[in-house]
Amino acid sequence: MRKTVKKMDGIHLDRRTFLKGVALGLAGTALPLNKADASFWESFFQKHFKEMNDAEIKQVLGRLEREYEEKYKKVIKVGNQKAMPEVIFGYGLDLSRCIGCRRCVYACVEENNQSRDPQIHWISVLRFKKGEKWVDLVESEKYYNPEKVPEEGYFYMPVQCQQCKNPPCVRACPTQATWKEPDGIVVIDYNWCIGCRYCMAACPYGARHFNWTDPGRKSAEINPQTHYLGNRPRYKGVVEKCTFCIQRTRNGRYPACVEACPVGARKFGNLLDPKSEIRYAIEHKRVFRLKEDLNTYPKFYYFFAYGV
Amino acid sequence: MEEGNKAPWRCCFIAFLTVVLFSANMYAEEQDVPKKFFVTPPPFSAGIYPCSMCHKGLPTNIQPRKLQANMNIALKHMPGGWCFECHNPDNRDKLRLANGKLVSFEESYNLCGQCHGTILREWKAGLHGKRTGMWNGDKQYYLCVSCHSPHEPRFKPIKPSPPPVRPMDIK
Repeated sequence: MRKTVKKMDGIHLDRRTFLKGVALGLAGTALPLNKADASFWESFFQKHFKEMNDAEIKQVLGRLEREYEEKYKKVIKVGNQKAMPEVIFGYGLDLSRCIGCRRCVYACVEENNQSRDPQIHWISVLRFKKGEKWVDLVESEKYYNPEKVPEEGYFYMPVQCQQCKNPPCVRACPTQATWKEPDGIVVIDYNWCIGCRYCMAACPYGARHFNWTDPGRKSAEINPQTHYLGNRPRYKGVVEKCTFCIQRTRNGRYPACVEACPVGARKFGNLLDPKSEIRYAIEHKRVFRLKEDLNTYPKFYYFFAYGV
Repeated sequence: MEEGNKAPWRCCFIAFLTVVLFSANMYAEEQDVPKKFFVTPPPFSAGIYPCSMCHKGLPTNIQPRKLQANMNIALKHMPGGWCFECHNPDNRDKLRLANGKLVSFEESYNLCGQCHGTILREWKAGLHGKRTGMWNGDKQYYLCVSCHSPHEPRFKPIKPSPPPVRPMDIK
């Protein structure tokens, strides 16, 4: 009888040992067994983008390229072009010329791999009645669909990310998944975003959009030239927004919307270069920035090249 | 002996003067000749250029009239104007400025700028019109006539791309 008691004593576990055992057991069941799992753990332990060195970033880019190739059956290049020195990007939009044709909206979707279904647009073109209270955002119409544009008595104003110098979205982010780059572009790390959408609530321009589901588009529709902080394929549950086509502009090219505009209303350039188009517009034309009173200091300048 | 000393100085001075005057002249010429821009090809319809293909043997008729061959051309530009305000009657493959200078179709912006000077200035600065390519390097300037038909320059309304889906329609 005494012996059995002793035996009972032998299998007695204190709380600490028990928890240790459970933790080990759980870890054992979740051990990486194949390549996909290894990729999962790599992304799980990925460091914050700004804390990684070049070798670590290269490893991450390689992993993403493998993941995307497996998912989309297509070679997708993920770049990490750094900001150029002495460059701060600025954007100009000539309201006296915009005809509201939405060509920019769809050029952007194609360039930046947005979800087609459900639909995500980074640019919203607003229609206003000409008149006294002209920038009356409440009265603006986003879903206008006439036979032909421009219509008599209306004018149009495309709105996208204003790349603020003082971005409220960056301050709102609890995980520092979004930040302002040295060339002024506000970017998002889609691997760091937790999808809380605080930034969307903070943005006064409605420029940020959320992936409620896995982005829906055909593999053939994907633009394979991507940037880690820009147009690489996003995930379900992350926020995305305009990056001035970071994958193009950091290589010296114009953004896709600039090249798509049929009336040449969109201007782009380096704000620090006195000879740039954007500086010419700011220095010679009537310029305003949207919701200037909020102290966001947008780098997106609306101007009127002629008349009213 | 003294004169022999002076001669080289005189030569030097003359040489210096020539260099100064010559470079000044070069500068003036540079200012005079309009700078060429990297432009997109003129938007000719297929098979229409060179114009001299058809116009070579034809007599030049400067009378304003209803056109027979180029029927699709409706001149809604410059009331009271006629073909030869811009086209060159002697060599149809060139355009002619008001001062008699000939310009090629690739440099037609100089022709447009005769009346639309402020627009040309803004086009050169990159404000008017459209550019593609590199924001910090080689770019292509769209010619005035790439967007505005020279014979009826006003933009025609176009069909807009479809509006975004309303949130309530997203399933």
